Amino acid sequence: MSTLQTTEALATPDATTSDEQQANQRNLFRRLISSPQMLVGLIILIVFALAAVLGPIFIPNPNAIVGGSLEPPSLRFLLGTTQSGQNVLSQLIVSAQGTLIVGFAAGIIATILSLAIGIGGAFIGGFTDDVLNLITNVFLVIPALPLIIIITADLSTKGNSTSIIVIAITSWAGGARVLRGLTLSMRSRDYVLAARVAGEKTWRIVIIEVLPNLLAFILSSFIFSVVFAILTQAGLAFIGLESPSTQTWGNMLYFAQNAEALSSGAWWWFVPPGLCIALVGTALTLINLGLDTVINPKLGAATRMRRGRKVAAPSAGSGDTTEMDNASDREETVP
Amino acid sequence: MGYFARKVGFYLLALWGAVTLNFFLPRLVPGNPVDILIAKMSQNGAPPPGERAALTKLLGLGHGNIVVQYWDYLVQLAHLNLGVSVTNFPEPVTQVIAGGLPWTLVLVGVSTVLAFIIGTGLGALAGWTNNRFLNALAPATTFLTAVPYFWLALLFLYLFGVVWQIAPLNGGYDAAFTPGWNLQFIGSAIAHSWVPALTIVLAQLGGWLLSMRNMTLLTRSDDYVIAAQAKGFRPSRILLGYAGRNAVLPSVTGFAISLGFVVSGSLIMEIVFSYPGIGYLLLQAVENSDYAQMQGIFLVITIAVLGANFLVDVLYGFVDPRTRQST
Repeated sequence: MSTLQTTEALATPDATTSDEQQANQRNLFRRLISSPQMLVGLIILIVFALAAVLGPIFIPNPNAIVGGSLEPPSLRFLLGTTQSGQNVLSQLIVSAQGTLIVGFAAGIIATILSLAIGIGGAFIGGFTDDVLNLITNVFLVIPALPLIIIITADLSTKGNSTSIIVIAITSWAGGARVLRGLTLSMRSRDYVLAARVAGEKTWRIVIIEVLPNLLAFILSSFIFSVVFAILTQAGLAFIGLESPSTQTWGNMLYFAQNAEALSSGAWWWFVPPGLCIALVGTALTLINLGLDTVINPKLGAATRMRRGRKVAAPSAGSGDTTEMDNASDREETVP
Repeated sequence: MGYFARKVGFYLLALWGAVTLNFFLPRLVPGNPVDILIAKMSQNGAPPPGERAALTKLLGLGHGNIVVQYWDYLVQLAHLNLGVSVTNFPEPVTQVIAGGLPWTLVLVGVSTVLAFIIGTGLGALAGWTNNRFLNALAPATTFLTAVPYFWLALLFLYLFGVVWQIAPLNGGYDAAFTPGWNLQFIGSAIAHSWVPALTIVLAQLGGWLLSMRNMTLLTRSDDYVIAAQAKGFRPSRILLGYAGRNAVLPSVTGFAISLGFVVSGSLIMEIVFSYPGIGYLLLQAVENSDYAQMQGIFLVITIAVLGANFLVDVLYGFVDPRTRQST
């Protein structure tokens, strides 16, 4: 790890031959993987993803009644049974699928919305941008969950797809604001201006010149949306606003709460689903923290300095992002 | 336009946005929500005279075109007529909300401020010193930020209420005491609310700690901090007067946005503790399809959050004079 950082620090920012660019990209990848937070996060996430894909194949009916009521954990039932005698572990594994689908689907839709509104507004500029920015800021201050609860309660059709859409349309604002700020700062960069002078179409400039440079930020805002969606969906299910037939961790908690698992001391029923939600959330947050040290090299540098190593300057290829980040800070303080 | 005038304008606009959103929401209900509400009320007794007409206007479903409906709806709101509660029939919704609001405001307010102070303080220390324990704490709190509030609540209720039996299992106070400014009641309220408060504080702590730690790390290498160190200022003075003051700015901005999340998290948490606040009322309204009460609660929560955000923005204008000058 240390040799890698030293070579980065020595590289000069203005040498950008294609060879070095490739080397930088490889460095970036290696740096991502070398971040312990990123690695731990990825491993946890992969475990849950496997459960989500394979679980339903190996456990065709997680709701089958296989044992007695509220059996504590044993060798036969590693996480005990529910009140009606279902295997908690089976339910837990199969529920990974439903929960992750809602989280990622809502995250993807929210991110697309924030891309369109944030980057779109910044590029169109003028009155459209003012209006979009205003709408974004208004959505940002209106508390999302009460709104989500009321929309879901008003609608007659409850289920995963309803949750996905309702969560997505109420959670894009944060990402849109950050992306708008970044795009505004990139709009006046030389290479974007050059593309404009060369007569490139706006959509082409956005896709070819702007999006790739925003990738890390987009990914980070996507991950935030997924965490938010998973937590919100769990909350919705817990208060009974999701079809009880869908298999999610939130629904498991709903059934546990309704069967008074708490006062009967059946911790094995309500602890594991919440723990899984928290673990997936932690994994995603860790991945985001790993991304953070890449987006914001000063942070990594500061941590490194603390370990007694002197690092001259932020590394090549990332000097650009530092500048961009400062711009985004400024944008943040002037809402 | 001055900074404060712009802020007032923005929050009025946000309020109008929320009110308008609230006007359209009842249209999502399949069937006629007014009929549903009146039918539910009739099960408990005769609905007050004129209630059907008032509800129709309040839910924006009256006669005439949408402009007339919108106007009727605004008139109802202006008169603070939010309908009659089905859940607590025949109390008006405004009265039901007024009963629950202080509980949530005190609980969420106190624990949010506590979490902010403790988290930011620990974060500043973690970023400033090389304390091994504090720096080990930072990644550990990542887990806390990802925990659903209501599940943490379940866990604490199980541990403190069922296993160790040192906290009451539900409610906001002992029914033996009458609510009021007497010692017995306040003592009972505190005994009932320390576990919910602990839940909110712990669930928020990690976020404040992490962001303050990172910002302090960044400011540590800034020129003015190094200059202050070269002058030989005491480290505590540099941290409090120079580095900390600047590092805390993003946290203060974040405070406004996080408030929405905190209120949201606390709503569901209240349900676990059967805490007599707004969240519990919202659940009751959802379970009874009490549309009028739901709409009222949404409006009140939004107004509270917008008001708190406005205060934070005003405060921010004082903490960071730059915001007042720009644009």
